[in-house]
Amino acid sequence: VPPLDALPLAASDSNLLAARELMAFTLGFHIVLASLGVAFPAMILIANWLGLRRGDEDAMRLARRWSKAMAVTFAVGAVTGTVLSFEFGLLWPRFMARFGDAFGIAFAIEGIFFFTEAIFLAVYIYGWKRLSGWAHFWSGVPMVITGVGGAFSVVTANSWMNQPQGFIEQAGKVVETDPLKILFNPAWSYEVPHMILAAYMVAGFLVASIYAVGMLRGRRDRLHRLGLLIPLTVACIATPIQLFVGDTAARAVADHQPAKFAGFECIRETGTNQTEYIGGICTSDGVKGAIGIPGLDSLLVGFSTDTEVIGLDSIPPQDRPPANTLLHLAFDAMVGIGTALLALGAWLGVVWWRRRDIPRTPWFLRAVAVAGAAAILALWCGWIVTEVGRQPWIVQGLMRTSEAVTQAEGIWFAFAVVVVLYVALGTGAILVLRSMSRGWRAEEEAGEVPYGPPGELAEQAP
Amino acid sequence: MTRADVAAVILWAGATLYAVFGGADFGAGFWDLIAGDAEKGRRPRALIQRSLTPVWEANHVWLIFILVVFWTAFPEAFGALMSTLYVPLTLAALGIVLRGAGFAFRKSIHSLRNRRAMGAAFALSSVLTPFFMGTVVGAVAAGNVPASGNGDPFSSWIAPLPLLTGALFVASGAYLAAVFLISDARRSGMPDLEEYFARRALFAALVAGGFALAGIFALRADARFVYDGLTGEGLPLIVVSGLCGLAVIAMLLRGARRGLRPVAIGAVVAVIWGWGVAQFPYLLPTSLKVTESAAPHQTLGAIMVVFIAATVIVLPALALLYLLAQRDVLDD
Repeated sequence: VPPLDALPLAASDSNLLAARELMAFTLGFHIVLASLGVAFPAMILIANWLGLRRGDEDAMRLARRWSKAMAVTFAVGAVTGTVLSFEFGLLWPRFMARFGDAFGIAFAIEGIFFFTEAIFLAVYIYGWKRLSGWAHFWSGVPMVITGVGGAFSVVTANSWMNQPQGFIEQAGKVVETDPLKILFNPAWSYEVPHMILAAYMVAGFLVASIYAVGMLRGRRDRLHRLGLLIPLTVACIATPIQLFVGDTAARAVADHQPAKFAGFECIRETGTNQTEYIGGICTSDGVKGAIGIPGLDSLLVGFSTDTEVIGLDSIPPQDRPPANTLLHLAFDAMVGIGTALLALGAWLGVVWWRRRDIPRTPWFLRAVAVAGAAAILALWCGWIVTEVGRQPWIVQGLMRTSEAVTQAEGIWFAFAVVVVLYVALGTGAILVLRSMSRGWRAEEEAGEVPYGPPGELAEQAP
Repeated sequence: MTRADVAAVILWAGATLYAVFGGADFGAGFWDLIAGDAEKGRRPRALIQRSLTPVWEANHVWLIFILVVFWTAFPEAFGALMSTLYVPLTLAALGIVLRGAGFAFRKSIHSLRNRRAMGAAFALSSVLTPFFMGTVVGAVAAGNVPASGNGDPFSSWIAPLPLLTGALFVASGAYLAAVFLISDARRSGMPDLEEYFARRALFAALVAGGFALAGIFALRADARFVYDGLTGEGLPLIVVSGLCGLAVIAMLLRGARRGLRPVAIGAVVAVIWGWGVAQFPYLLPTSLKVTESAAPHQTLGAIMVVFIAATVIVLPALALLYLLAQRDVLDD
């Protein structure tokens, strides 16, 4: 069987940028919804459990409302995820043709998890009225497990692209695979927990930020307090673990993917006693406008300033990652936001420990209000670091992204259409969620009758 | 049977389930589209919405299943398909976005104008998405996807057989949906809607049958290999499909309801397997065989394990979901 034909170079060059932008845009959009799909069910079930166990009406009401909101975010996440499945083939047909049999195994497993999640999500979301309390609660538990399992499968496929192993290739065709080695490649053990924790942070801080805004607007009832505290607690527990996992991940990247590490740390020359740069612009003459801490980079990588860290000079020019400044600032932003969120959690923890309450100053609520967007920004930065940092490779060391890209015409046009469509999709989702929340508030003011006869309001705001 | 053949059977099983559940899901959108103005279409649309709401996402996960099994088990064929038929595939993917968003947003939106816009997005994409998916299948059957990929992006699917297959996809989905909605209307105690969808089921059955017959002539002209297979080894299945189709028409005319759904499903399933048998041993007739495109046998083994897991975990869960939905336990 002949391999896919070689492409004309000119078309491919322009396509490469368009395809990468399209992939980045759709993945960046989807990853936020995917994070909600992974982590939101756990928070809903915590509220549901409080409601059932302690007879807490407010917690129960939160669980019910959150599940209705999740119905919207999950639906949008499902379609944007389907688009990504198409894009693997449409944008990178030669990558899929060459490595689909290795890369795909994790996705086949993800299919099972996603399917199971979609089924139980439907049972849970639409089972409120007629399933008994605990039966309904337990119908939601598989969502939590499958969310984590699905995240494992997708992220391990990505970590395989960073650390490919478990197959034998002859003449550009994979002739033998070892599925377990593919699934448990060297990068999965830090990439997978890093992403799952990120999902819990994004979902937790995002939901909490919505209630923080409500409280800042004067809605300081128990419902808002609980709506703030449940997700915020989950996110604040995930944050310190995340910083530990992230630190481990960075060291592993220094070890496994030195070009990526040199790219985001702006290390030009291989050597010991490397300076850690915070902020700044990476230029060919070194880092400009950064705060430099001599020796710290080596210390962080190997716990000693004598640790040798590989610089870009040891990497052949054609294999160096592009956009070093972007990589560097994305990495710093991710770490910076993570650290700030850690401080936010510590603030809450100390005040809660002393007087069982959230900090009284509005500055705390303001901080929580921006924490959701900050967590999303950190999530995006992390994906920029790992994906742009792996360039020019689609499969580290084996296949260049330029070799994988489609030669189809009109990728820029498709990109434009997708941007318009996704902007409408995002706006629509936000408008729908806001109108649901307004409907709930109107119900509260009118005196909610959850089991009453279906009136005009109940019909409009499920 | 080699592991590659088993993987092809798994792929076909996924396609069958998607054609039935996803197809009916699209078909319900078709009936929504032509249900008339807001007043006239209110009740059928409400029934459609209630029937689809708890199950529509699960109905479409089969598509993901098909994609992942396809690219993992038959990576070269997948690359060839994607690099040739990227136009209809992109349009189908965009249709999926519009449809999902339209459906999910519609019921949460208050103003009639926005509801209409969302409803239109849902209903229109319910027709276009399966149409483009059908053109992809038709293009494969017509042998317009070269094994080396990068076939002609337009003439590969803008041709009689692919376009006819697209129309057949829309019609057979509408046919299944109407048959399913008869039962849903009956269960909800709405005899007028039962009658309403019975008339439409009859009409759709005739149209789908017509497209299927025309498809056989198009195959004869454009896809001789598949045509020979269909009239040879695949003939019993085509006969079964035809008999099921005739039985459905007879049952609808006599007002019989028992066993209508399984027989209607049988008509569609038999065509899909007839097509599979007809183009065997080719995955892309007549340039790439199933065995030539297949992944290494360890990967195929992994796919089988995944399929067994799907049978043990997903199918019972899915049965539970449909059962709960059918018994009206799931409600908004």
